[in-house]
Amino acid sequence: MNALKKLFGGNTRQFGMIFALVALIVFFQIFTEGRTLTPGNVINLFNGNSYILILAIGMVLVIIAGHIDLSVGSVAAFVGVTVALAIRDWGIPWYMGVLFGLVLGAVIGAWQGFWTAYVGIPAFIVTLAGMLLFRGFNQFVGKSNTIPVPEDFQYIGSGYLPEVGPNIGYNNLTMLIGIVAVAFVVFGELRARRNAKELGAEVQEGWVMATKLILICGSILYATYLFATGRPGTSFPIPGLILAVLVLIYGFVSSKTVIGRHVYAVGGNRHAAELSGVQSKKVNFLVMMNMSILAGLAGMIFVGRSTASGPFDGVGWELDAIAAVFIGGAAVTGGVGTVIGSIVGGLVMAVLNNGLQLLGVGADLTQIIKGLVLLAAVAFDVYNKTQGKKSIIGLMLKNFGRRSEELAPDEITSTKEVISKEA
Amino acid sequence: MTTPTTHQEPVILEMRSITKEFPGVKALSNVNLRVKAGEIHAICGENGAGKSTLMKVLSGVYPHGTYTGDIVYQAEVQQFKDIRASEHAGIVIIHQELALIPELSIMENIFLGNEPVRRGIIDWAEARRRSLELLARVGLREDPDTPIKEIGVGKQQLVEIAKALNKSVRLLILDEPTAALNESDSQHLLDLISGLRGKGITSIIISHKLNEIEQIADSITIIRDGKSIETLDVKADGVDEDRIIKGMVGRTLESRFPDHTPKIGEVFFEVKDWTVGHPQVQDRLVCKGSSFHVRRGEIVGFAGLMGAGRTELARSIFGHSYGRFISGRVFKDGKEIRMHNVRQAIDAGLGYVTEDRKSLGLNLLDDIKTTTVAANLRAISKNFVVDTNKEFTVAEQYRKSLRTKTPSVEEGVAKLSGGNQQKVVLAKWMFTDPDLLILDEPTRGIDVGAKYEIYGIIQTLANQGKGVIVISSELPELLGLSDRIYTIFEGTVTGVLNKDEASQESLMKLMTSSRKSA
Repeated sequence: MNALKKLFGGNTRQFGMIFALVALIVFFQIFTEGRTLTPGNVINLFNGNSYILILAIGMVLVIIAGHIDLSVGSVAAFVGVTVALAIRDWGIPWYMGVLFGLVLGAVIGAWQGFWTAYVGIPAFIVTLAGMLLFRGFNQFVGKSNTIPVPEDFQYIGSGYLPEVGPNIGYNNLTMLIGIVAVAFVVFGELRARRNAKELGAEVQEGWVMATKLILICGSILYATYLFATGRPGTSFPIPGLILAVLVLIYGFVSSKTVIGRHVYAVGGNRHAAELSGVQSKKVNFLVMMNMSILAGLAGMIFVGRSTASGPFDGVGWELDAIAAVFIGGAAVTGGVGTVIGSIVGGLVMAVLNNGLQLLGVGADLTQIIKGLVLLAAVAFDVYNKTQGKKSIIGLMLKNFGRRSEELAPDEITSTKEVISKEA
Repeated sequence: MTTPTTHQEPVILEMRSITKEFPGVKALSNVNLRVKAGEIHAICGENGAGKSTLMKVLSGVYPHGTYTGDIVYQAEVQQFKDIRASEHAGIVIIHQELALIPELSIMENIFLGNEPVRRGIIDWAEARRRSLELLARVGLREDPDTPIKEIGVGKQQLVEIAKALNKSVRLLILDEPTAALNESDSQHLLDLISGLRGKGITSIIISHKLNEIEQIADSITIIRDGKSIETLDVKADGVDEDRIIKGMVGRTLESRFPDHTPKIGEVFFEVKDWTVGHPQVQDRLVCKGSSFHVRRGEIVGFAGLMGAGRTELARSIFGHSYGRFISGRVFKDGKEIRMHNVRQAIDAGLGYVTEDRKSLGLNLLDDIKTTTVAANLRAISKNFVVDTNKEFTVAEQYRKSLRTKTPSVEEGVAKLSGGNQQKVVLAKWMFTDPDLLILDEPTRGIDVGAKYEIYGIIQTLANQGKGVIVISSELPELLGLSDRIYTIFEGTVTGVLNKDEASQESLMKLMTSSRKSA
């Protein structure tokens, strides 16, 4: 068990979720008699969930910073309808439409960021207002009609990588991406290991890393195979590609850049961050703004996929995105969470949805099960926290005695006055 | 009513050899306290001596079983399991930070958790009648329906007492009751407490304001380093302020300091007429026209009691990170500098290590290396991308030079002991390479061995030509460490003493009164 944990590293929840995801896939693969891991189903799964996963990327940053965004579904719908109208009525080309949508998302985000960061209204309220506001705008601007988008715009929501080069029976570009990804993972891991060794830091044992690499690369290659062997005309979907690029960018930004560090710092302890020179208002503003830009993108992808914008696009998306983030290991109190974890969390929900559908379980039961999964995942986290972050194995061996440790008086300092300082 | 102090006087409370341990710290060891019925009994001691811990033991905050020793109250051994149990017995504690709910009215606060009910429904008519009665007893003329947030701190304190009276209090404990009050409010409160003595209510009062204690207390128990030192009878022993101070500080200097020969240069940092308002309360000033200067290579101590405004002064200078800036100027190397936020302060060469490590100094979710570089990410990043190799190298370097005890720099800071956490925080600020480092209570909650190491680090920094300001409540620490000590009282610098002319007595005098030194 410990070795397994070493394999995946990171926090227990994330490890648990990857484990749960694999278990879910295996479970459904068996009980749907192999209908889960077919090219058609996997492509479908990605197409139908990529916009939620894109929202989850933005949402995890918002939640790490200690906020929440309830308006993403409405923002997505508003951006979607406005772009659809702009393309139809102004006749702008599709790429200008996408650009316009991103700018509109940024403007909306600046609005919400202003109220949250600079006026100091809790994001819950600001975005609850935004949820009503932008849903209203969507229906006002679109006059509650369905507005179709042209075929070239639909490409971003329902397109596939084209066929190029010789016909080898697989989609060449998809295969190429898969191989590049594998090379990237292997190279990255080896380089990190070499660096760590040079610095004298702890490195994983060789077999741990080898197993890890084999597992990751194996899954990538298997997924590549599935995507590349779908029915003619399908391959790796464009929304999936956009998602993959965003995951790479945001994964990097959140873990390796100054601004990423600042997001975690503000969410972890805002006052400590401020006293270390982090400008928390700016961080909060950017995080909220970024969320709305991604919401706009998700809205456009959805419009592209469903070939038209409608008045009820994006209803309930915020809840799916938030659920994905929390299942993926983020903490309600902020400061904790990862982009990749949220994607895994989103995939858990997506696979669950998809599998239950394949099994013919009704929408009613599906909702009940999803609700319980969310609760169980977060309960696990809360329990872990009260126990002072025990490993899974420690959790199982632990006797359930009640014990609370008191802090020495010196450690409980009475600086309420100082803490209550708000600019 | 007079209270003759003879030995036949019934004793309302006796705490016998109370010992209370926290992991790694013995907060109280064999403390004895005898309080006679109907007297005002003061408890004196320096910050951290164990006064508040003792009162928490008494009031059941630390329940029976978590300490050793006996509490005999009204001739019976008591085993309080929580605050409710002690309140039921008539012991009410009023904390330094008032436990009133600002949004609720005076009446609602008085009856909070103790509401008069008739058939399950709150009887507001009865509550009103009784609150008017209680308010009259404490001499507060306010409509019971006024929200707490609309009355001043002084009046809030009276509401707290009214609340205690409503619980038919026999023994009233007041922790620093006048700390936040002005002169006339304090006087009113003291008169009220004296008045209660005549009505069969015994009071225990904890205060740093020795003149007040001298004025109203019948007896005084002095606590030092978690031990009860002596109990004085104010009238019989003719106790005055100096006598109390002697008891409070009269320990042998046991904390040792590394040898250090200061290399002091010219004045390079100067603050003039620094005045700052309270962040919430409009007319309250937390710093009033304070001026001071620091020389290169000098360790400057800031002495003052809790709430004197030391932290407020430091933080308001450090990029206006506390309070409302009103006036004042800062000079560094002869040039005036302006710092409107923490970033600018860091860029100007300042560093501030907070007294409240856990809530203001650390992100407890972070690991050691992330924390070490948190205030100076620029130095290890290129084009906004953090170089994690450099991060590791830097963290590793400080781990070695400060001898932080940890298996690796990837360890979470939450797992470290207080002393090692403080070293990580120090590393964070040393990495910003400041010219002036302000250390607020740098050894709070740290064991003796680690203290010695922290002192060594501070002296090394001074030797490198940096200015170091050390704010501390522990006078022996300031005396052992500083080259020069400023005293602060109620937001004002009341004096400055050189190392050779400072003593605990002389400092304490300047710290407890507004008497300006010549």
